[in-house]
Amino acid sequence: MLNKIDNALVPPAGTAILGMPMAYVYLLITCAGICLFAYILHKRLRPLLLAAPDPRLDRIGERIGKVARIWLGQWRQPRYLLAGIIHIFIFAGFIILGLRSLQLILMGFWQGASLPGLDGSTGAAYNLVKDYAATWVFVACIIAAVRRGVFRPARYQVPPSLGKDHLGEALLVLGLICALVVSESLFEASLQNAAARSGAAVSASPLTLLWAGRLILGGLGMPTLQAVNSLSYFSHEVVFFFFLCFLPLGKHFHVLTSLFNVFFMRLDRGKVKPVRNGVAEDQLDDLPEFGVSKLEDFTWKHILDFYTCADCGRCSDRCPANRVNRPLSPRFLTIKARDHVCAQYPLWGKTAGAEQELVGGIYSDDELWSCTTCGACEQECPLGIEYIDKIVDLRRGLVDLGRVPQSLQKPLGALEKRGNPWGKSQRNRADWAKALAEEFAVTIAGPKQPVETLYFVGSVSSYDERMQRIAQATARVLRHVGVKFGVLGKAENDGGHEVRRFGEESLFLALRDANTEAILNSGASRIVTADPHDYNALKNDYRGIPPVMHLSQLLSQELERGGLALEQGPYADKTVVYHDPCYLGRHNGLYDEPRRVIDAIPGIRRVEMEGNCRDRSFCCGGGGLALFYEPEEEQRIGVVRVSMAKQSGAQVIVTACPFCLANIEDALKIAGLDQKIEVIDLMELVEQHLPVARRAAAGG
Amino acid sequence: MEILVCVKKVPDPAENEIAVRRDGSDIDRDDLVYSVNEWDNYAVEEAIQLVEEHGGSVTVVSVGDEESDEIIRRELAMGADAGKLLDDEAFHYSDGRGVAAILAHAARQAQYDLILTGAQAEDAAAQVGGMLAAMLDLPYASLVVRVEVKEGDKLEIAREIDGGNLEINEIDLPCALSIQTGINEPRYVGIRGIRKTASVEVPVLGAAELGLDPGTVGRAGAKVRKLDYFVPELGQGAEILQGSREEIADQLIARLRGRGVIQ
Repeated sequence: MLNKIDNALVPPAGTAILGMPMAYVYLLITCAGICLFAYILHKRLRPLLLAAPDPRLDRIGERIGKVARIWLGQWRQPRYLLAGIIHIFIFAGFIILGLRSLQLILMGFWQGASLPGLDGSTGAAYNLVKDYAATWVFVACIIAAVRRGVFRPARYQVPPSLGKDHLGEALLVLGLICALVVSESLFEASLQNAAARSGAAVSASPLTLLWAGRLILGGLGMPTLQAVNSLSYFSHEVVFFFFLCFLPLGKHFHVLTSLFNVFFMRLDRGKVKPVRNGVAEDQLDDLPEFGVSKLEDFTWKHILDFYTCADCGRCSDRCPANRVNRPLSPRFLTIKARDHVCAQYPLWGKTAGAEQELVGGIYSDDELWSCTTCGACEQECPLGIEYIDKIVDLRRGLVDLGRVPQSLQKPLGALEKRGNPWGKSQRNRADWAKALAEEFAVTIAGPKQPVETLYFVGSVSSYDERMQRIAQATARVLRHVGVKFGVLGKAENDGGHEVRRFGEESLFLALRDANTEAILNSGASRIVTADPHDYNALKNDYRGIPPVMHLSQLLSQELERGGLALEQGPYADKTVVYHDPCYLGRHNGLYDEPRRVIDAIPGIRRVEMEGNCRDRSFCCGGGGLALFYEPEEEQRIGVVRVSMAKQSGAQVIVTACPFCLANIEDALKIAGLDQKIEVIDLMELVEQHLPVARRAAAGG
Repeated sequence: MEILVCVKKVPDPAENEIAVRRDGSDIDRDDLVYSVNEWDNYAVEEAIQLVEEHGGSVTVVSVGDEESDEIIRRELAMGADAGKLLDDEAFHYSDGRGVAAILAHAARQAQYDLILTGAQAEDAAAQVGGMLAAMLDLPYASLVVRVEVKEGDKLEIAREIDGGNLEINEIDLPCALSIQTGINEPRYVGIRGIRKTASVEVPVLGAAELGLDPGTVGRAGAKVRKLDYFVPELGQGAEILQGSREEIADQLIARLRGRGVIQ
């Protein structure tokens, strides 16, 4: 019966116009289309071949897992619900209809072409699925077009300084997709109607495009059906190859590159790429330049990222710097680079030889210094595009040229000389412990006084008068749970976390080496810290040191094994909200531990900043050197954050990072909320609900 | 344009808690870290920018000790072409005139079109630039905040005068200028930059190499001698307003009104 349907009309490969067999024309279109596509791909691949090395063929299993989840499973799409669902439908349609398109193309010059598995009952099942797929793709494209063209979500807007709106390209592509599914359906509908006329029993699945097509074509005679059939085939052929060659020219390149981009995506969070892959640390001095200053200094994966961006704007929508109108938008960081690649490596004509500086060209200095490395953009990107490594690499390039903002030069100089950004004397690094002198002495660990647990205090908690209270609280809590600990005292240097992320790799290495030596000298078998930046540095940037834990992890474990019980206290009847520090949450996945500790306080009521918590936490404004940088911005990032806290109805913001505490405390004052909302570090909160504290308070 | 920039190693007040020794002879130097005098850093940046635009070379010179080598290398890493360290036991405890004399001898070793100094040093008396110019019989302008090269071996310079106003002068080359901070944005130099200058030789020149009579400089030649350092005693008269923010603001307004500062 299939044959009967197939033969009801002259198949495309059998038709002729003015005596010319169309099979030749279709073969020609196919060959020309493939050749042009190959040519374009070759041009697009060239910069990747010239780019910096980037080994990404490790841990294949994990990579396949990423592909299964993020690419095939479209896991991140529903984070933006409507757009995500529309995309899932179109994506699934593409996967299903790809086979049908291939089949159609072969039909053009190969009569009776059939693909293995597409005959018999599997073929019938496939046809059923593909007819519905074509239909839902059509509907999804219409909804998408209305959404973009009529409702125009703010996420897609293009600031006037960055060129024209991208609406035209979006609508064109949606139109092309509709043209593909409509022409396919009309091709099939005309065939079925003709077969029906010949007396064959054929039926279209109800409410499909095919079904609609058959209704529209109902009552037409054989010659007209033949014409519709040939014309729709021809349209499909032309649109298909136009679309294929159009894809690599813009944001729809992701249709082709996304699979690879997700496969090669970054697997480890919290880490920063080496200065140059394949160059050992002790050979870094031989490198003539550090970082990225021109296009080809990027790694090939980073250029693939540029190609892959779908312009969906989710990164910038979640970017704290973008939210307060700092001159940074991750979306345009990518799009400007893509435009630059296409301009430097044009499809026709000579490759531009000019080695244009990226910063000062497509990027501004301030744009790059504006990033807090919070990682919200990477968390959101449905295509696995990375930003932090690129920004760090671009900053490395600026540092190498000496182009560091004046506001950062002082703290960097002080870090070099004194191991802390304020230039305070190393001798005073453990002064915070003096306030504890009456209760107990804090051990200064060293070769003569080895300790089992090392408390890495960090610069801000060592020197800042307010943050010293976190160090004091941490020491009391550690002592309460029976951890015998020591600190490094004047041998401790800044962890160097932001030093590295602000692009000063050489200084970072010096700080790391000094700390590593001091840590090993302490004899410690584990390290604990209350600072997520130091936690991330010690865990992900350092090597050959004992394992490190954040205090929230340690306390969560103690609660579990009964080593810690918290009691009623000053916060017991308050509503608190937990602010996820970026380097505890997003970069290290510690969301539940701090919450568990808060919840262990009897009577406390904990709420969430719904939509802006856990991996969607909104940065406080950044830690370390970010405290010193003075960006152009409409308001402080922290002010946006405290307005979210206010909406949650909380009276107290609990955080687990001294920098978050500093930024939020400032923001509360700026927003005039400091009389209504209080911010406290998790360690201070715990300290105030220790049984001892209560007894002491009652006794005193 | 051949430019000589005079730089100095100073204890950086931003990175040190400066304390005076009990006997008042000096500040306590046990825990000090040193850096290049901030004004000098601006002078070197200005020289590098002038050479980048107009050609020539930048030589950095410092009267100091062996630790000043790092200061010179920092300036080399910024982009200076050569460095000289002027170090001799006979130079120690020079007064301002002595330092100027040592620098003048170094300046005479080559033909410089322009000599730059910082307007002052963080630990000194803002006197060397002018004395150096006088010893070399060069035209001199102080507190320079802008330099433009004009035709006919002239510079147009802007000097900072009272209230942040600018005074524009024309000055003939060769000349000497003392540079005020804020004239530019000095570039950053990190560990890597300094390490890269390791192979550059920084010659150490003493009195003999400079053809200088050791008796005219150093302690022997000093006509100004330091007698004492002291920390001023806490005075009276400061008052800290108490209360909530609103109360403090109200009290402040009341006081300002009371004195007729605001109506």
